Amino acid sequence: MNLLEENKKAILLGNEAIARGAIEAGLDFATTYPGTPASEIADTLSIIAREMKRAGKEPPFYFEYSVNEKVALEMAAAAAISGLRALTSMKHVGMNVASDALMTYAYVGCKGGHVIVTGDDPSCHSSQNEQDNRQYAKFASLPMLEPSSPAEAKEMIMEAFELSEKLSLPVILRETTRVAHTRGVVELGKIDWSHRKGNFERGDYVTVPDVARKLHPILLEKMERAKEMAEKSRFNFIEGEGSAGIITSGVAYNYVKEAIDDLNGKAKILKLGFTNPLPEKMIADFLKKVEKVLIVEELEPYLEEQIKKIAYENNIDVKIYGKGYGKFSRIYEYTPAIVYPTIAEFLGIEYEIEEAKIKVTPRPPILCPGCPHRATYYAVKQVAPPDTIYPTDIGCYTLGLLPPYKTADFLLCMGSSVGSGGGFAMATKKKVISFIGDSTFFHAGLPALINALHHNHNFTIAILDNSTTAMTGHQPHPGNNIDGMGNEATPIDIASLVKGMGVKHVEVVNPYNLKATKEAFKRALEYDGLSVVVAKAPCILLDLKRRKKRITFEVVQEKCTGCNECINNFACPAFYREGDKIKINDALCTGCGFCVQVCPEGAIRRRMEVGK
Amino acid sequence: MKASILFAGVGGQGVITAASIMASAALKDGYNVVMSELHGMAQRGGDVKCAVRIGDVLSPIIPPGTAKAIVALEPLEALRNIEAVSKNGLVITDINPIYPPLTSIGIGRYPSLDEIFGEIEKHCKLVKIDANEIARKAGSILTKNVVMLGALHSLKVLPIKRGSIIEAIKELLHKHAEINIKAFELGEKAIP
Repeated sequence: MNLLEENKKAILLGNEAIARGAIEAGLDFATTYPGTPASEIADTLSIIAREMKRAGKEPPFYFEYSVNEKVALEMAAAAAISGLRALTSMKHVGMNVASDALMTYAYVGCKGGHVIVTGDDPSCHSSQNEQDNRQYAKFASLPMLEPSSPAEAKEMIMEAFELSEKLSLPVILRETTRVAHTRGVVELGKIDWSHRKGNFERGDYVTVPDVARKLHPILLEKMERAKEMAEKSRFNFIEGEGSAGIITSGVAYNYVKEAIDDLNGKAKILKLGFTNPLPEKMIADFLKKVEKVLIVEELEPYLEEQIKKIAYENNIDVKIYGKGYGKFSRIYEYTPAIVYPTIAEFLGIEYEIEEAKIKVTPRPPILCPGCPHRATYYAVKQVAPPDTIYPTDIGCYTLGLLPPYKTADFLLCMGSSVGSGGGFAMATKKKVISFIGDSTFFHAGLPALINALHHNHNFTIAILDNSTTAMTGHQPHPGNNIDGMGNEATPIDIASLVKGMGVKHVEVVNPYNLKATKEAFKRALEYDGLSVVVAKAPCILLDLKRRKKRITFEVVQEKCTGCNECINNFACPAFYREGDKIKINDALCTGCGFCVQVCPEGAIRRRMEVGK
Repeated sequence: MKASILFAGVGGQGVITAASIMASAALKDGYNVVMSELHGMAQRGGDVKCAVRIGDVLSPIIPPGTAKAIVALEPLEALRNIEAVSKNGLVITDINPIYPPLTSIGIGRYPSLDEIFGEIEKHCKLVKIDANEIARKAGSILTKNVVMLGALHSLKVLPIKRGSIIEAIKELLHKHAEINIKAFELGEKAIP
């Protein structure tokens, strides 16, 4: 397995580099809830654990896909307070879920090193917002490192364990999509294969008010020590010469360096990698040595505001430019197209780029051909009244937003379909169908369902159970019988769980059976009270892997009347028009066969000869 | 030295695999490599692009107008990314459209191939191949991405050794290596 090779160079994804750094640093305990762009950190550990087990070896760490980020953090906090080295990874919005534990965990601290990775997503490549989680480091008072590349990410996570142990504080490693999903050359060192067991000794860990009041000043003292460490950290450094200064962090550093190189410019660069607490003395010295400063950071003016404060407190009269200068703003990720012209303006260099003129038809992501969610949506649209409100949730099925389905009306966060479903039902008295996936249901749907049941909210929850966490790359969840380490796990049956809670109207249906699905939703809509329909069929991508033989379908042209039901209302992407004919793209068809039930003319049949 | 190639296509076509093969081959030849990719929602039939940059590079995103080539597995995706390529660079594209599904219900329009190719030629040199047909000849439509690599190699855009690419194909595609090496060879021959 090349993930476990030693003493050589390899091309690793930023996330793989983080996982690799962790096992070189003697990782004992890792937890996560999957989320783009952070998923592959945990996925890499899962692959390593499962492959080692298959080879009859015991992995040197415990790993789990926890039910949500809060539980993941709590699990790992217990390991770290017991002296083990722990890693918890999550996407930026996962930190919101974990934040209740995080804020007080900072008071309590840890013994073994604990690194919390947040994967931020400037530009919302695959997220519902682009919040800047550097604010969490300040908010919770925790040290933070920010890598610019996969190689640096690996060095930083190794150092983060050391820092965490020196300070008895969890350390935040904040990456962004362009670091997480960049591949770069990384040196593979030696893996620490040793197995350790945690040892818990009682201490001031029960945060009743008296204890909390005692712990808060201790936390602030620890952060003063962290500031001294930031002043000396190798991740904060100055390079280049010039009277103009640039302060930058994260992936933006790469754009700055290449821009100065390509523009033949001159500037003194302060690169910050240890970004909470900031090295105030180092920054003040830097500000004194330059005539003006440009701050190049994505999203919020996190560095800018603190640097302006440092300049003010040290009476340094230097012009500081940041958000609002050139093409710099608080929205979306920075790119060379933003950084190059802005640096050129700052350094007084001519630079022109052609603005993008061509507008090409967008190609948004869509539900896969054969996706069971499409089948569910098709059935629901036929039986639900037109003014039905569809709260939706986080997963592939959010793509129900697109026409022709438009079965997504409201979305905030994981689990919000159920909470808001009750709200819409009470506020509008209209029919409401909340769509939520299986993994999301376990993650944050359960408390909301209890709330709806207890208060007799009158609406329908459709649990789209495809037996995996599909969108983030098919990670297991509590409904599965194998966990992330390849161990046998106790599967939790959603229908039994919901019935056990006391929901009276619960039906399980196979969404590929159109008639049965329509009838199930009709009954659920008619039911006065909380109803649950579990639409249960595996993700088509998993199903395809299990199949031995390829099956596809075709349109019988003699029978097709061109009514367009398959294209206009079913909208499976395998269907296309060629002239006045409707055809099925053999390469895209996954053989689910649902379209046979959609076609009113019976013009779709199984193809006898399947293409290569 | 800096050299950048942008690979573009539709989710599921093997864009990232093609880029990974080139990146791995470049490392074998001793170059520094940076490669960017996007995961998550981009897998679900959406547009995918992936940059491979070698030499004195840091940025995972290609500075505008500096790519030596765009390798497109779908013609519209070549046009979508045309701003990345240098005026002295070139576009190598497959000629088989994949229509964005929304165009079939009247949302957006897929331009004619003549329009697409015309726009590209206004910008830089264009090389077209029917990679679907070549991939089928090699034994599977799934080798289309490697057919494009063969074409890229014979156009001598990057200073990467043929042997390193073949080795990378073997390492990354394991049991599918044989059929993909055939696809690579047929891709090379597609360029006169």
